[in-house]
Amino acid sequence: MAKDKKQIRIALRNCGFINPENIDEYIARDGYQALGKALEMTPEEVIDEIKKSGLRGRGGGGFPTGLKWELTRKVEAEQKYVVCNADEGDPGAFMDRSILEGDPHTVLEAMAINGYCTGASKGLIYIRAEYPLAIERLKIAIGQAREYGLLGDKIFGKDFSFDIELRYGAGAFVCGEETALIHSMEGLRGEPTVKPPFPSESGYKGAPTNVNNVETYANIPVILLKGSGWFASIGTEKSKGTKVFALAGKVNNVGLIEVPMGTTLREVIFDIGGGIKSGKKFKAVQTGGPSGGCLTEKHLDIPIDYDNLIASGSMMGSGGMIVMDEDDCMVSVAKFYLDFTVEESCGKCAPCRLGNKRLYEILDTITQGKGTEDDLFKLRNLGNVIKDTSLCGLGQTSPNPVLSTMENFYDEYLAHVKDHKCPAGQCKALMSYIINPDACVGCTLCARVCPVDAISGEKKMPHVIDQSICIKCGACFEKCKFGAIFIE
Amino acid sequence: MAKVKSLDDLKKIKEEFLSKEELQKNGDKSLGIVQIKVAMATCGIASGAKKTMDYLINELDNRAIDAVVTQTGCMGYCYAEPTIEVTLPGKEPVVFGYVDEKRAGDIIEKYIQGGELVGDVIPVNYETIEEHNIE
Repeated sequence: MAKDKKQIRIALRNCGFINPENIDEYIARDGYQALGKALEMTPEEVIDEIKKSGLRGRGGGGFPTGLKWELTRKVEAEQKYVVCNADEGDPGAFMDRSILEGDPHTVLEAMAINGYCTGASKGLIYIRAEYPLAIERLKIAIGQAREYGLLGDKIFGKDFSFDIELRYGAGAFVCGEETALIHSMEGLRGEPTVKPPFPSESGYKGAPTNVNNVETYANIPVILLKGSGWFASIGTEKSKGTKVFALAGKVNNVGLIEVPMGTTLREVIFDIGGGIKSGKKFKAVQTGGPSGGCLTEKHLDIPIDYDNLIASGSMMGSGGMIVMDEDDCMVSVAKFYLDFTVEESCGKCAPCRLGNKRLYEILDTITQGKGTEDDLFKLRNLGNVIKDTSLCGLGQTSPNPVLSTMENFYDEYLAHVKDHKCPAGQCKALMSYIINPDACVGCTLCARVCPVDAISGEKKMPHVIDQSICIKCGACFEKCKFGAIFIE
Repeated sequence: MAKVKSLDDLKKIKEEFLSKEELQKNGDKSLGIVQIKVAMATCGIASGAKKTMDYLINELDNRAIDAVVTQTGCMGYCYAEPTIEVTLPGKEPVVFGYVDEKRAGDIIEKYIQGGELVGDVIPVNYETIEEHNIE
């Protein structure tokens, strides 16, 4: 691979190149050829090709895709279903939305191939209602594919019929979990159930159901056209192909990137991402969303793949990657993710419903400057109990942001509870704005911008901030022309 | 539209489309048409891509420049939205970032009419599936 090109676009091959509302443009870039080719092979041969490619589920779990298809194929049933999980819910992640908006036909084509392999005649796309443009383009794409006979009866003149419908989700994070997703499609509450039985045995309406993520599907046509050998030549030993990441946060070139598995975080953040904004210092990168963890400087040279990320205390997740700099407080970051999990917990099992709420409260106490060292012990203990006892993936991973920041930034937690200081200067309760009397000329500007009249002083005399009134809005700090106000 | 019954039918559609495109791209400069793609995913539209697209269509029309303006999905350059890709007849495509109405005007005047590169050009930093060979 050329050194200056660190990305390979497989899942994103058509995004930004074709008009997503014109099926001819997709066909002009070899669209639907993989389906035609698959229908000339036996389902077993196609599954074998997917298995040999080494493709693993891109939704986060990393389960081998070919094996999943085979499991669904082996179950005998009158009716089977193929589902596309487009319930992308991680904060800051938009890989699936971009694929659906930029190249909807690739998902339809791959689902049809999946239907042929598993013996399903019906496909369902579970998509969140917050993605109106993706829904619109999918509807157009399905209409065009039906018109061309690429969905419907006797596709390519063969004895294979397949059609796709959309199912809308109300945007609950837990519905990305496949059993919860299936319940939601059935009109039940979006709550997970214990596996087994796996959806491949008993899924939608009790029928064998194969659920794959959008990005996983986007890889399928390429594997069949370029061959499993080509695909497997990209990546690391156990993680083949590429991964799309939504690079966000304090990095210069935020955007959607697709890199071969095995690329290092350093290459992603500094070469592709163009380094940290405003010349600040890199502090951490969060991968895996609310289920993942924070990685630090010492992890920058680890090749990114499913297993290495887990060994480093984080996970691949669906592909959100949020970069943080020296100004970010890691306790606040953990609190942010916990806030999200508490909101999104379905409430079915107690460890997740109650445990995460308690975790959040302890974190809140710490950021208020009222935490003790005992709280740190409780955080770790409770976090581990929630991980071990929760019903589904949401609860089993929700303490990760807390545990991984504690692991890598314990000093910062200690500073909050022992010295009652926030080293990054983000926790408002732990900082104070102070006027340096030697630098203050008494221009009165700060007193005039203060919304709560906390600043007093005579004209041309040093002013003072009354800490009991100050709300730490920072207005005085920004307005002072003499640099006389500092944060402690 | 006749139904696609075989791989050959599919290839026919592909070739028809490509030959039409080829004619526009590589035709004699006087015949060739300027092709512009505007990244119109949710992210682009939120940054003003719709306005840029409307402006381009109107302004190209006002100046009587023969051009095709189409929408496409996200090109991935969130930091530089709205982004557009311009292909002049017989030339490689060029991606421009931060294209608001003013920059779109500059691009029409200086690049499309004058051939001079202006503004923020985003370099190609990835391989396509066609380019990537087994090492």
